Amino acid sequence: MMKKEKVQRAFAESYLAIVLALLYLPILVIIVFSFTNSANFSFSNGFTLEAYASIFTSEKTPALLDALKNTFVLAIVSAVISTVLGTFATIGIFYLKPRLKKITLAVNQLPLVNSEIVMAVSLMVFFATFAFPQGWVRLIIAHVSFCTPYVVLSILPRLKQMNSNLYEAALDLGCKPFEALVKVIIPYISSGIVNGFVMAFTISMDDFIITQINKGQTGIETLSTFIYEDARLKSLEPFWFAVFSIIFIVVMTALLVVNVRKSKREEA
Amino acid sequence: MKKTKGITLTRRAFAYPYVLFLMLFVVVPLVLILLNAFLVDGALSFDNFVEFFSDTTGLQVLENSLIIGFATTLLCLLIGYPTAYFLAKYHASSKIYVLLFILPTWVNFLIRTLSTKAIFLALGIELGMGTVVFGMVYNYLPYMILPLHTAIAGIDKNLIEASHDLGANGLQTFVKTIVPLSWSGILSGITMVFIPSVSTFAISELLSNRQIFLFGDSIQTKFSQNMYGVGSVMSLVMLLLVVLFNLLVNRAGGNDDDVSRSML
Repeated sequence: MMKKEKVQRAFAESYLAIVLALLYLPILVIIVFSFTNSANFSFSNGFTLEAYASIFTSEKTPALLDALKNTFVLAIVSAVISTVLGTFATIGIFYLKPRLKKITLAVNQLPLVNSEIVMAVSLMVFFATFAFPQGWVRLIIAHVSFCTPYVVLSILPRLKQMNSNLYEAALDLGCKPFEALVKVIIPYISSGIVNGFVMAFTISMDDFIITQINKGQTGIETLSTFIYEDARLKSLEPFWFAVFSIIFIVVMTALLVVNVRKSKREEA
Repeated sequence: MKKTKGITLTRRAFAYPYVLFLMLFVVVPLVLILLNAFLVDGALSFDNFVEFFSDTTGLQVLENSLIIGFATTLLCLLIGYPTAYFLAKYHASSKIYVLLFILPTWVNFLIRTLSTKAIFLALGIELGMGTVVFGMVYNYLPYMILPLHTAIAGIDKNLIEASHDLGANGLQTFVKTIVPLSWSGILSGITMVFIPSVSTFAISELLSNRQIFLFGDSIQTKFSQNMYGVGSVMSLVMLLLVVLFNLLVNRAGGNDDDVSRSML
């Protein structure tokens, strides 16, 4: 019996290891070959940092930096708007009449469950029909529309946990309703708000489809649309190997650090 | 008492800007799609539907997309279920290990897809149906693992023990206890993989060197060619799939995984 369990366990562990390896293999391969400065995965150049050096000299660099800047600006602006809009919305929704609450939350789910391409083209048709100015306005509205639902859903559970008497107590102690909101409710749900902001920021940064379809002819490129325009037709150059490796490492490290700290805090 | 009533009103009012926002930027755009599908030159007409459903190449694209979506979902389920099950069974206490399976989704899918493509090219693997499905599975597997893991990890261990005590062997327990109890996770995972893989845009283009054209690509193309009518009909087909799948998930009871990524 013991032996059978051991075999099962060994099988399970190796299965998990294989799946994990497959998930990371493309990433690792790109990182390894970013140090050989070869687009066709050969070691003929030996170990070299040339691909990384090319980031400073490539004619693509200004456009890449511009795209990076746009990605950040769009993500920060959208995340701030979504967080403010979403925070007040959630408090409001929580106290809506049950029927209206149900409907609002269902509509709030739409951007999450809907096919991204349908969301993207429906917004495009909407913007074109009502002649919204091309560029940032359209992009920010589009990003806020798919970020805010995440903010609402990360604050709602916190609000459900809150004892509603706290708010009443604040009123009894002489707070005005808005004051009670700012001094009692918002501090209580602050972890949900922060979570929502981070979610909105990362989801905006990660978006490709909705940005690609709504960016129009204004020449605004984000990181993902720039990569798509540049790399889809050609084979991947060493320049991209280096850039992708940096992105991989930055994203993975940031997420690991955040999550390790979070789980340590939860244990403590 | 009167005072409290006034306050609930003010608190409720905080929802109104967002309700307005949702109406304007989520509901109205979808209504426009509906209108564009049924209106031809301002008059009610089914011409767009006739045009789409009589166009064999268009239907072929839809069929291909459904096949690829189905294959991707099935593979993700077959690979993902054991993964989620083993994680819940042997690594229930290690959040970080589970996290490692989800982490890749945080790197933009274009970057991962282009990396996979470069590797396929270097290995001399011909780009086509096979590479597209591989790329899709690689991309969407974490979205299958997460809801499955949440569902399986949530199963009361006593139920599994009870099943053993009542004489079921390992396989019987698995089929008759664990799978039914994780049903909501299975449906949730299927939805989270099937919908994006049918309507994906760019993955098939990149991983098949533009030979395979899927439904998402062709919706985008129709709109970029200003064929709003047919494009809207195709979007409605997609919406119908979305609604159908979500009804299924809701009926099974578990729909908490839509914010899957928020769990990180």
